[in-house]
Amino acid sequence: MGLGKGPFQGDVRASAGACYAARVSHAPSLRNQGPPRHALLVRVTHWITVISFLALLVSGVEILISHPRFYWGEVGNSRTPALFKIPIPSSRATVPTGYGYVLPDQNGWSRYLHFEAAWALVLTGLVYVISGLWTRHFRKNLFPAPADRTWRAFRSVIAKHLRLAPPDEADSRSYNVLQRVTYLLVIFVLVPLVIWTGLAMSPGFNAAVPWAVNSLGGRQSARTLHFFVSISLVLFLVLHVAMVVLTGFASRMREMITGLAAAPQERT
Amino acid sequence: MSKISRRQFVTAGLAATAGVSGLAVAANLGRRFGLVPPDSGGIYGPGETLTYAAQRLFTRHSLAREFPRSMISKVPFANDMPPLNDAFKRLQSGAFADWRLSIDGLVARPESYSLADLRGFPVRSQITEVVCEEGWSYVAEWIGTPLSEVLKASGILPQARYLVYFSIDPDWWDSIDLADAQHPQTLLAWAMNDGDLPVAFGGPLRLRLPRQLGYKSIKFVTRVMVTDSVKGFVPALDPKSPNSGYAWYAGI
Repeated sequence: MGLGKGPFQGDVRASAGACYAARVSHAPSLRNQGPPRHALLVRVTHWITVISFLALLVSGVEILISHPRFYWGEVGNSRTPALFKIPIPSSRATVPTGYGYVLPDQNGWSRYLHFEAAWALVLTGLVYVISGLWTRHFRKNLFPAPADRTWRAFRSVIAKHLRLAPPDEADSRSYNVLQRVTYLLVIFVLVPLVIWTGLAMSPGFNAAVPWAVNSLGGRQSARTLHFFVSISLVLFLVLHVAMVVLTGFASRMREMITGLAAAPQERT
Repeated sequence: MSKISRRQFVTAGLAATAGVSGLAVAANLGRRFGLVPPDSGGIYGPGETLTYAAQRLFTRHSLAREFPRSMISKVPFANDMPPLNDAFKRLQSGAFADWRLSIDGLVARPESYSLADLRGFPVRSQITEVVCEEGWSYVAEWIGTPLSEVLKASGILPQARYLVYFSIDPDWWDSIDLADAQHPQTLLAWAMNDGDLPVAFGGPLRLRLPRQLGYKSIKFVTRVMVTDSVKGFVPALDPKSPNSGYAWYAGI
């Protein structure tokens, strides 16, 4: 379909297919010929990112609970009208939530963990992006092939998903155009945005780089945007895990842990 | 399993040695140049150290944003406070005429000032945002005496590295490094929005640090102590402190 139609894609698949066939004939081992499904650096940075993101998510939720109200502009507090509220109890008695009880304060360790995990995510992300440019990982594996840079290619992949058609063989060796665009969006748009909106809430960073917060419309706008970008990343995580489960959890996990590609009979 | 070749073994060994010695050198340099916060131990230490070191290396002298008068919040917000003690109430009944701020520790000339004395120093007014770690904020005009002026008058000794500051509430104290203590926007604030500083906002005297979160801006300040070590004065590590478990450096 979309992926295999172009002549260029056909060539790639033929050569990849030969290598693929050679690989299945041997029992999987570390001495296996051919490149791994995912490079070692991709696998390591992937799992550090997973741990960091989960830590950021848990600690972020804890921090949010201490003031589950959002505002727009520079300032906002319990005495100013909220843009919207999350209908949950708070860990602070001063927040008018409508609930008659106050949750325990978990902000101390949550804040420590949030910023440590943010460092881990940022440093891992830098290693990933720099090495990805160096090894042409983005160009080879993530930027859509020229034949796929059309709405038709997009539509055909989406239609395939809606029909719940099983993935074809190429999908286990390479990403389709929808996956590529989604990964690029996460790597180059959502993660940079979540870092930017997060940094825009740091009083020390703001002092040094005031335009980082002013350009977002103020500190409370940055906080609100940080929340929505985080929600987008959580949606990506849910979809990503759902697709991993649907296309074969064990094979996908093995590919991302050991790098070894799944044998074809395992993918049905 | 493939066997690891001798060359790979030697390379890995050299890389590990270089990495470990690199870390040791970094830790040493960090301590020498004041880039390691007092709560650098424990599992959150690496993240905290990276944050503090980055801020000290790149933003030591930057100024917090100041806002136009039109952005002063109509309804500022203050969190609930612990009940004020008898010492405070006694001073309050005398309109704080007997409120004193003492400066001691590693200074050439320890001093004690009344609020009127403090008003005799050069006055600084700044419209800055109070940012609570919970997420809310407000903008107010803060008027007061720059802490740096008071420290200059007492003469900080060369071995000084930190400043510990105390509220009239005996459990409430905190500490900062000299970069923040001598920062031009660090204020001993005695007025807010053209009036005396209200008690709810820390009156009669609050140490305002606009480059850090609100919990570092301690209310009802009576004493500052210059020291070479904050051992015993790190709220993050002290179970008795209301800021126990909260990062010592709150500039993030």
